[in-house]
Amino acid sequence: MSVTQKVEGLNGDEAVAYAVKQCNVDLVAAYPITPQTIIVEKLSEYVSNGEVDLEFVTVESEHSAMSACIGAAAVGGRIFTATASAGLALMHEMNYVAASHRLPIVMAVCNRALSGPINIHVDHSDSMGERDSSWLQIFSENPQEVYDNMIQAYRIAEDSSVQLPCMVLLDGFVVSHTMQDVAVLSDEVVNEFVGRRKLPFINIMGKSVPYKLDVENPLTMGPLALYDYYFEHKRQQEEAMKNAKDVIVKMNDEFARLTGRKIGDGLIQPHRMEDADMALICLGSTAGTTRTVVNELRRKGVRVGLVKVRSFRPFPAREIIDAVKGVKAVGVLDRSGAYGAVGGPLFNEIRSTLYDCDERPFVVDYIYGLGGRDMHPTLIKEVYDDLERIVKSGTVKQTLKFVGVR
Amino acid sequence: MSSPSAKLGWKDIPMGGVSWKLSDESKTGDWRGELKPVLDNEKCTACLFCWIYCPDAAILWDGEKVTIKYDYCKGCGICEKECPFDAIAMKKE
Repeated sequence: MSVTQKVEGLNGDEAVAYAVKQCNVDLVAAYPITPQTIIVEKLSEYVSNGEVDLEFVTVESEHSAMSACIGAAAVGGRIFTATASAGLALMHEMNYVAASHRLPIVMAVCNRALSGPINIHVDHSDSMGERDSSWLQIFSENPQEVYDNMIQAYRIAEDSSVQLPCMVLLDGFVVSHTMQDVAVLSDEVVNEFVGRRKLPFINIMGKSVPYKLDVENPLTMGPLALYDYYFEHKRQQEEAMKNAKDVIVKMNDEFARLTGRKIGDGLIQPHRMEDADMALICLGSTAGTTRTVVNELRRKGVRVGLVKVRSFRPFPAREIIDAVKGVKAVGVLDRSGAYGAVGGPLFNEIRSTLYDCDERPFVVDYIYGLGGRDMHPTLIKEVYDDLERIVKSGTVKQTLKFVGVR
Repeated sequence: MSSPSAKLGWKDIPMGGVSWKLSDESKTGDWRGELKPVLDNEKCTACLFCWIYCPDAAILWDGEKVTIKYDYCKGCGICEKECPFDAIAMKKE
């Protein structure tokens, strides 16, 4: 039995702020940037109204925002920040520091195209630039998923076997500014679900001490590690990412018991994949549109399916192999380019993953929606038609294609 | 994979890149060039300017007298420059 919930009309940004208000966050250091601005506005409103007890630090840039978050997390706080596009790019240096210090900061990223030309609308080029920073990356399809992902993010990031920062991603405007019915939990229920941040213990100089900057148990964070130890620290991060997969699955189940809502197995969400001949794989809000197209084509008897990737980092390779078993052609919808590469970032992961299949399907990359270009259902239908042609002809002429470009 | 040296592996070091031993275990005095500071205890008044100015941990004060710990001295000569009593002189090793 799930707990009682009430329905609020929230856009994606408001859903983020609402969740942060309920998650016992100690400090927010953030700099407003379109399309994330509402998150920062809403949170400062909560703080000035006394609706939430947290420290709001106004900073002069995103580099400073992440630096402040790192310091506050290092002394043991539960931390939140939010950014987009150029703001995320300016954080780039500090994102690696947060991850390598193993600080479970949660950050909402409203995906927005990187300049230039300057653009405020959605594509995934900003967060793809951080894909190797050792941050967890959880994509959200709609405001409800944003709310749910935010609450689970703290539990996942702070799990003793993970201890990595987590990005919750939402498509700029399409999710961030689109209002939807969002079922929200009571403050008490969320409080109980997320609890307080528990610090892990580490062994230094023969003593087990909490991992935080503390005058009682002094330790040094961020010292130099050259060719003698740098490699070992990075190897630890890979292990934490591996552990995160199980924790994401576990949290998805636990959250489902609480709310009745579940996103696939937590890592991916397949739709109509049983007996599918053609499948599309995508991230974020496009999954919603694609699902509608799949249902329409299925009614006509076309055997199509969809795999939504919820967790891009860690990447659910095994789960994707299982999901596309028996599929003849896989299309990857990439909402960011990788100029000069074999294909976009999602395509490269998927194609590499599917190399381990017993029977490898055709895999084609469809770059779409750059700079917020709309991904209309007719375009998605064209992509499925293209996959059907590939299956019928048995050949792929081109593995990199552009959808909706003139 | 085996480590090329006896250093600790990734499973044995604390997470987060924190130091798990003190930096004074690294003897950095062998970076020193050809000059080293030599203290004349007859002239030394234990004003401890050298102790304050030394950028490393090369000046020791035991409550009675000053000594130089060459394990950490890189021969920068700041102590010689700052000593108000000319009690420290940079000399060839």
